[in-house]
Amino acid sequence: MPDPTPAVSLRHITRRFGPVVANDDVSLDLAPGDIHALVGENGAGKSTLMRILYGLLQPDAGSIQVGGRTARIRRPADAMRLGLGMVHQHFMLVGPLTVAENVTLGHEPRSALGRYSRAAAERAVAELAARHGLPVEPRARIETLSVGAQQRVEILKALYHGARVLILDEPTAVLTPQEVDELFRVLRDLQAQGTTIVLITHKLAEVTALAQRVTVMRAGRVVGGGPIAEFPVERMAELMVGRPIPPLHARARHEATTPLLEVRMLDVLDDRRLQAVRRVSFEVHAGEIVGLAGVEGNGQHELVECLAGLRAAQHGEVVIAGRICTTLPARGRFAAGLAHIPSDRLRRGLVAEMTLAENLVLGRQREPGVGRGPFLPRRALDRRADAVLAEYDVRPPEPGHRARQLSGGNQQKLIAARELTRGAAVVLAAHPTRGVDLGAIAFLHQRLLRERDAGRAVLLVSSELTEILALSDRIFVMYEGRLVHETRPAETDERTLGLYMTGRRGAATGTPAGAPEARP
Amino acid sequence: MSAGAATCTPAAPAGAPRADLLRGLLAGAAPVLAVALSLALGAIFIAAIGEDPLAIYALMLRESLGTGYGLGQTLFKATPLIFTGLAVALGFRAGLFNIGVEGQLYLGGLAAGLTGMALAALPGAALLPLALLAAALAGAAWGAVPGALKARFGAHEVINTIMLNFIAFALASFVGRFVFEPATVRTADVGRGAVIPRLDVLLPALRGSPVNLSLLLALLVAALAAVLLFRTRLGYELRAVGLNAPAAEFGGISIGRTQVLAMALSGAIAGLGGVNFVLGYKHYFELGFSAGAGFLGIAVALLGRNHPLGVVVAALFFGALSYGGLVINQRVPKELVEVLQALVILLAISAQVLFERLTRRLR
Repeated sequence: MPDPTPAVSLRHITRRFGPVVANDDVSLDLAPGDIHALVGENGAGKSTLMRILYGLLQPDAGSIQVGGRTARIRRPADAMRLGLGMVHQHFMLVGPLTVAENVTLGHEPRSALGRYSRAAAERAVAELAARHGLPVEPRARIETLSVGAQQRVEILKALYHGARVLILDEPTAVLTPQEVDELFRVLRDLQAQGTTIVLITHKLAEVTALAQRVTVMRAGRVVGGGPIAEFPVERMAELMVGRPIPPLHARARHEATTPLLEVRMLDVLDDRRLQAVRRVSFEVHAGEIVGLAGVEGNGQHELVECLAGLRAAQHGEVVIAGRICTTLPARGRFAAGLAHIPSDRLRRGLVAEMTLAENLVLGRQREPGVGRGPFLPRRALDRRADAVLAEYDVRPPEPGHRARQLSGGNQQKLIAARELTRGAAVVLAAHPTRGVDLGAIAFLHQRLLRERDAGRAVLLVSSELTEILALSDRIFVMYEGRLVHETRPAETDERTLGLYMTGRRGAATGTPAGAPEARP
Repeated sequence: MSAGAATCTPAAPAGAPRADLLRGLLAGAAPVLAVALSLALGAIFIAAIGEDPLAIYALMLRESLGTGYGLGQTLFKATPLIFTGLAVALGFRAGLFNIGVEGQLYLGGLAAGLTGMALAALPGAALLPLALLAAALAGAAWGAVPGALKARFGAHEVINTIMLNFIAFALASFVGRFVFEPATVRTADVGRGAVIPRLDVLLPALRGSPVNLSLLLALLVAALAAVLLFRTRLGYELRAVGLNAPAAEFGGISIGRTQVLAMALSGAIAGLGGVNFVLGYKHYFELGFSAGAGFLGIAVALLGRNHPLGVVVAALFFGALSYGGLVINQRVPKELVEVLQALVILLAISAQVLFERLTRRLR
């Protein structure tokens, strides 16, 4: 390492989970003021390593030095004291509390009488937010915020606690290109002020754009690393996966035919009872993938939940495969021909404590073909699962394992396996590849293309514009609850979409002109 | 994972069978360890009052399990605990904490007693099923009310089931004004057809003990509960709601309907527990007969880790403790047995957390 005293030095870290070695003799030095990228597939051990550094896990062997001194980091509080901050992939926020309360939690500003000063906290957070260009409303409750906004709160929280080493776990997964630029600006500013940054990511282009050094992990070990100049994207990808990656299939364009999903003048409210979807109308035809791009929190979530029967429509109509479904509950929509890959796999998509076999029948548990009479014989479920798990390459393909034992990518494949084997006419895929490793992403993309080729109507909601551009036949951009732009992949690019997504270009083109504003 | 699922399928599919087996063993070990620890701590109390702990425990063991009569007493005391433990466990599986089991049991007993008394002339083939049905229905109704309040208004079932317990006690006293024998707190005897026969008719070794065929009913209900939970569509939905309600909703399961149903089923099982005393022992309803069996059901469910098989084992343990406590009453204060029960509950919960951490490391 070039610097004689690294900001943080992890030495020979080993951590086992039962028979699995999550970290196998891993050593890593973070030079002060560097942006250091830590890349690897899900399950490679990146998160385990960072959780050890942050005191969430204890290593079985190895040591940690911070600023040249050996440190015992038994819990996150120790890490914070040492100037380490972490922004988790799954946010660690208290839902019912406000942004200001979450950011200041643990170090709340107090009034002269020693009581929590809400005004001071809100002022401090607003100031911090403005300084780092992270727009949040200090008084908003966390549970009412979009995933993107919650992430900004997480970053603010670490900064508020005085982090000098900032660990970011997949920070750009939910951001638009403009927001990514903004985040990178923030990170570069922080770096200029001497902050050391660890960026855990799958997106190798980001690594090249931002980091000075990279460490690549695979199967619990460091398989390569050094100055970024020595690691072009292809080399990093090969190291991560352990083999060359095939490029995405060229698309065999289908001409649109019959509409299978029809949405007319839809209004939907969010959890705060505010209007989140405004007079949205569109169609998805058989043999077509329609991409819905947008920054998180612009109504996509509410739109998808409404289409899936999990949230009521205030106005308008939803037609699935010719059947009006506006008031049908989720079960009725499955029957009408809907499959749904939900955006939050752990909250909606899976019952983590149930087995893979049991999870594969969620939503189908009442179908006559799935069980016998009132019974769901375990052996029948397991047999059914064997075939499906193999076909969808879920690893390990053990029907009796709990869903929570799977990696994120395999959990997502499990959900895809369940939903795409329904034989539904319409597929709603909400962020199908979020937080998923490269191999699984390629696999899930192939599957969605195959659904399209089989004549299904696919609505793909994603904040990954590369994904939207690569898979879609048509693209809509959603901004503040409206469809503001319709285009085709050949006619646009990430920059242009980004401008529409952030409201810097475009009027409502997806909604009929002059549609009256709905009042909830 | 649930302890039970593992013990239920020891021949788990391949994969990591050793880790699975180990996890299953650990899950089963936690309650055993809790019991052992609480007995060890109890020994300190016994020694503190100048008695020999080993002798006391030996006496308890001999009297509660070593003689036919003692075993019968233990089984008699365990019978209602199987019902109430199952009732609580079923609620927990659906994500509901049914503290109203005591009241449901109580009203189940009242309904069985009233039916047996009012229709005393009917033959057993008609009267007994009717009395059982009445017990189950009364319990189910008393369980469904807080279930419906939760589903419809989001009112917390813990508060409402506690409150309904008081209403159940008061309701029984009120009904008693019209049906109790003069100057007593009991009804008239039920008809002969409503009497559940004692087991010593079949097994003379149990002679003199009040254990009756309600025990077999309890074991049957436990088996049915296991099948319901782990082998049926309804059980699947019930567990999905308990483990992850948003995912259950995603899967087209009506959370409210499932919760009402779970509470009704839980109440029905609790209500059936009332027949052990009313139809199997005294042959009349008597104020206060439930004597905390409903509340003890919470401990039974916890120790049994919400699995029907575990509940049966835990109920037998608490039954033995309860009868053994009576036996040693002359040498140690009866509070000691209550202390032992409390220790088991405390340690069972702590051990569960501890072992969950251990099993997580095995992942």
